[in-house]
Amino acid sequence: MTNPLNLSSTITNISRRGVLTGLGAGAFVLAVGVPGSIPAKAQDAKYGGDGMPNGLRDDPKIFVAIADDGTVTVTCSRQEMGQGVRTSIALIVADELEADWARVKVAQAQGDEARFGNQDTDGSRSIRHFFMPMRRCGAAARAMLEEAAAQQWGVPVTEVEASNHEIEHKPSGRRIGYGAVAKAAAELPVPERDAIELKDASRFRYIGKGEIGLIDGFDMTTGRAQYGIDTRLPDMVYAVVARPPVYGGKIASYDDAEALKVPGVLKVVTIEPTPIPSEFQPLGGVAVIARNTWAAIQGRSKLEITWDDGPNKAYSSDTYRETLEAAARKPGAVVRNSGDADGVLAKAEKRLEAEYYIPHLAQASMEPPAATVRIVDGKCEAWACVQAPQATRDRLAGRLGIPVEDVTVNVTLLGGGFGRKSKPDFVVEAGLLSKAMDGAPVKVTWTREDDVQHAYFHTVSVERLEAALDAGGKPAAWLHRSVAPTIGSLFGPDPKHELPFELGMGLVNLPFSIPNIRIENPEAVAMTRIGWYRSVSNIPHAFAIQSFVAELAHAAGRDHKDYLLELIGPDRKIDPTAIGDGWNYGEDPKLYPIDTGRLKGVIELATQEAGWGRSLPKGRGLGLAAHYSFVTYVAVAAEVEVDEHGLLTIPRMDIAIDCGPQVNPDRIRSQMEGAAIMGVGNTLLGEITFKDGRVEQNNFDGYEVARIDASPKEIHVHLVPGPDYAQPLGGVGEPGVPPIAPAIANAIFAATGKRIRQLPVKEQLSV
Amino acid sequence: MAILRVNGEERQYDGDSSMPLLWYLRDELGLIGTKFGCGQALCGACTIHVDGTAMRGCQTTIADADGLSVTTIEGLAADGDHPLQIAWRELNVPQCGYCQSGQIMQAASLLKDTPQPTDEDIDSAMSGNICRCGTYPRIRAAIKQAAAATQGAKL
Ligand code: FES
Ligand code: FES
Repeated sequence: MTNPLNLSSTITNISRRGVLTGLGAGAFVLAVGVPGSIPAKAQDAKYGGDGMPNGLRDDPKIFVAIADDGTVTVTCSRQEMGQGVRTSIALIVADELEADWARVKVAQAQGDEARFGNQDTDGSRSIRHFFMPMRRCGAAARAMLEEAAAQQWGVPVTEVEASNHEIEHKPSGRRIGYGAVAKAAAELPVPERDAIELKDASRFRYIGKGEIGLIDGFDMTTGRAQYGIDTRLPDMVYAVVARPPVYGGKIASYDDAEALKVPGVLKVVTIEPTPIPSEFQPLGGVAVIARNTWAAIQGRSKLEITWDDGPNKAYSSDTYRETLEAAARKPGAVVRNSGDADGVLAKAEKRLEAEYYIPHLAQASMEPPAATVRIVDGKCEAWACVQAPQATRDRLAGRLGIPVEDVTVNVTLLGGGFGRKSKPDFVVEAGLLSKAMDGAPVKVTWTREDDVQHAYFHTVSVERLEAALDAGGKPAAWLHRSVAPTIGSLFGPDPKHELPFELGMGLVNLPFSIPNIRIENPEAVAMTRIGWYRSVSNIPHAFAIQSFVAELAHAAGRDHKDYLLELIGPDRKIDPTAIGDGWNYGEDPKLYPIDTGRLKGVIELATQEAGWGRSLPKGRGLGLAAHYSFVTYVAVAAEVEVDEHGLLTIPRMDIAIDCGPQVNPDRIRSQMEGAAIMGVGNTLLGEITFKDGRVEQNNFDGYEVARIDASPKEIHVHLVPGPDYAQPLGGVGEPGVPPIAPAIANAIFAATGKRIRQLPVKEQLSV
Repeated sequence: MAILRVNGEERQYDGDSSMPLLWYLRDELGLIGTKFGCGQALCGACTIHVDGTAMRGCQTTIADADGLSVTTIEGLAADGDHPLQIAWRELNVPQCGYCQSGQIMQAASLLKDTPQPTDEDIDSAMSGNICRCGTYPRIRAAIKQAAAATQGAKL
């Protein structure tokens, strides 16, 4: 879900910087944020979808097909993982096409970015980037149908109009269905982009209405929906893999004699490990291939393997935390510096400081990674639940030595993704195993233990904040040190600093009106695979900053909401590049400045709806947090209750979101609900820890996620009405997550006086 | 040789009868609506009915179900029109949808025993079913809507 800097460009950027300047990513990071030294974008700087690899496409001949019977099939090139994108993309096209929703179907695109444009489904950008191209597709197709009908009738096209799956000749009242002219329309040239007439928003039938049911709703409620784990092919065999328990480890020796005795086990083969950094490639290990999944699992349990653990065998969360804390207590690479925070802090009479700890997390989508691959006549075909089908195709081609045009990637539904399924290591495993089975179709299934132990983990961080307080208790200076291993460590030779896209997730682009601000990013060395996890580095940054503001407000004896609003300061549009963020979620800083008025707006809305300031019974508290991410503004007011045993419940949550124009309000709401619940899990329960290089958790007993009884009793989502549809759209899938943890932590403080500085809360409230 | 009924059809299996029904249903019978989520009775994705009672398919072996009747999401209602399935669609409950077979099977068992469940009933019956996408508020609402629609009639 979250691959904000697309992968191929991450890699190119790192190596290009390395080659051109002889400096690593860390040195580059140093330069960011020093005013005037932000790397100038090239003349032809591209933003948004145009800035992604392979850009955007808006050709109706690629995305829209109309059958003789009038059935409209929209090809969705973005992957469905619960955000409702197949419904939302289709309804955009259908609206501009004037199609009757009952006659619209969706087909899922294969991985082919030359044809479909960028397909990386991450970074909360499917609708943000594809709204306009999909509108143009629908509108162009409508124009072509009108033209074809006019030609058939021999009338001027100005006299015909398409509406609800029919074209009408206005003067005569003659009508013809879409199916009857579809063939002729398909022969016509696609109108030039400038000539395409988009509908006026007042005539939208589906966009922004929220009355459309899920296009996959029937399949998903009847067991018919096909996920990556559900592929079945003739003569298919089933595999599970025993992987090195420590990142960078390999097989020292193994004995498969007992495994091969398990009925149904066919073969045991090894997969070559990928040296660190392992990018999207398999970890290697020993695979058991069998006639069914159960036999493969049984066989694997009988393998005797001795591992050579490699360089990360000393990775232990306890000592690593101390390393991060030590780094956070010393100056580090400066990533933003305005004014003289060091000087003011040194002389301050009143200061406040706090350190926050946010642990590793695993995405743990309900569908674990699973993929099926077969190789026939030198051609490879995969069925997989992947967020990045082109990256999957490229990695399969590279690792199997098959030309990329001979690799087909069919994308199934994803049973959740959350960033894990941006990485196709599991598909490459299936490819290698199919090769080992002479091309027979092999399905690789990850068990939950595999998924929890070999995730691409959310980073672990220590966030240290210091403020010098003026007479009114407001920060005269602000120092923030963020220390966390970077996702760049997957690709680069030993990067130790957060990359621009991580810094830009709520760290450097702090929208507060404080005269002296210094932000530093000391070194951290990654000792496991770090990856994207829904909302990524916004999680630690928002938790620390929004908790610290509440601490400051409390120290000043002020109302938290008033204090936060004052800290944000007057309504203004901040150019992100002026505060050290040259990344800005890949968006044009002119189109997408940070609008403090909108940030304050969601705070006002959430608090008003939550009844901020009302008196609460003993043991209850209201907490607030707001965060800007994925070019969207979200504020959360959480009400918690902590009983005399320290048992916490969440009676109510109010979430206000301003994501600009809204395409599918029901799915915006559902994303906020889901983000709230995932956020509750992150806050209260979730933690991955390492000992001797190994993950200590195995399954949903050790690695807990939110269940129905822990989730808020009421979640109220408040949508800020969108401006006109010409305005830029914000992201939706991720921005709901970051404010949840600090809102809950602030509510816990309000309820109990206990300040949570470490996640998860777990036993911290027990008495 | 184990003999069981699956969605009304008699099935015989002479392979390893210690195989959990989950894998038998999915790999041998192709009934992929029953999902794998944890394999350890921790998530409920594999929930099926054995002689009318909700069970975890990952913990119930073929031998356990010998002579019994198994219902999966595919066999819950002809045409997918169980009141819960209807409510689920009306409220757009699913996000990724992966956990929903198990959620619906568990909820069906709840409504059978407790036609008008309270919030506490729902919490205790449904807390074994994880939804990582966080569809719980709508699951709760859909169960109540289905309960209201059937007005307490036995399902
Ligand atoms: S797979 Fe059976 S409970 Fe999770
Ligand atoms: S809908 Fe995705 S896990 Fe429940």
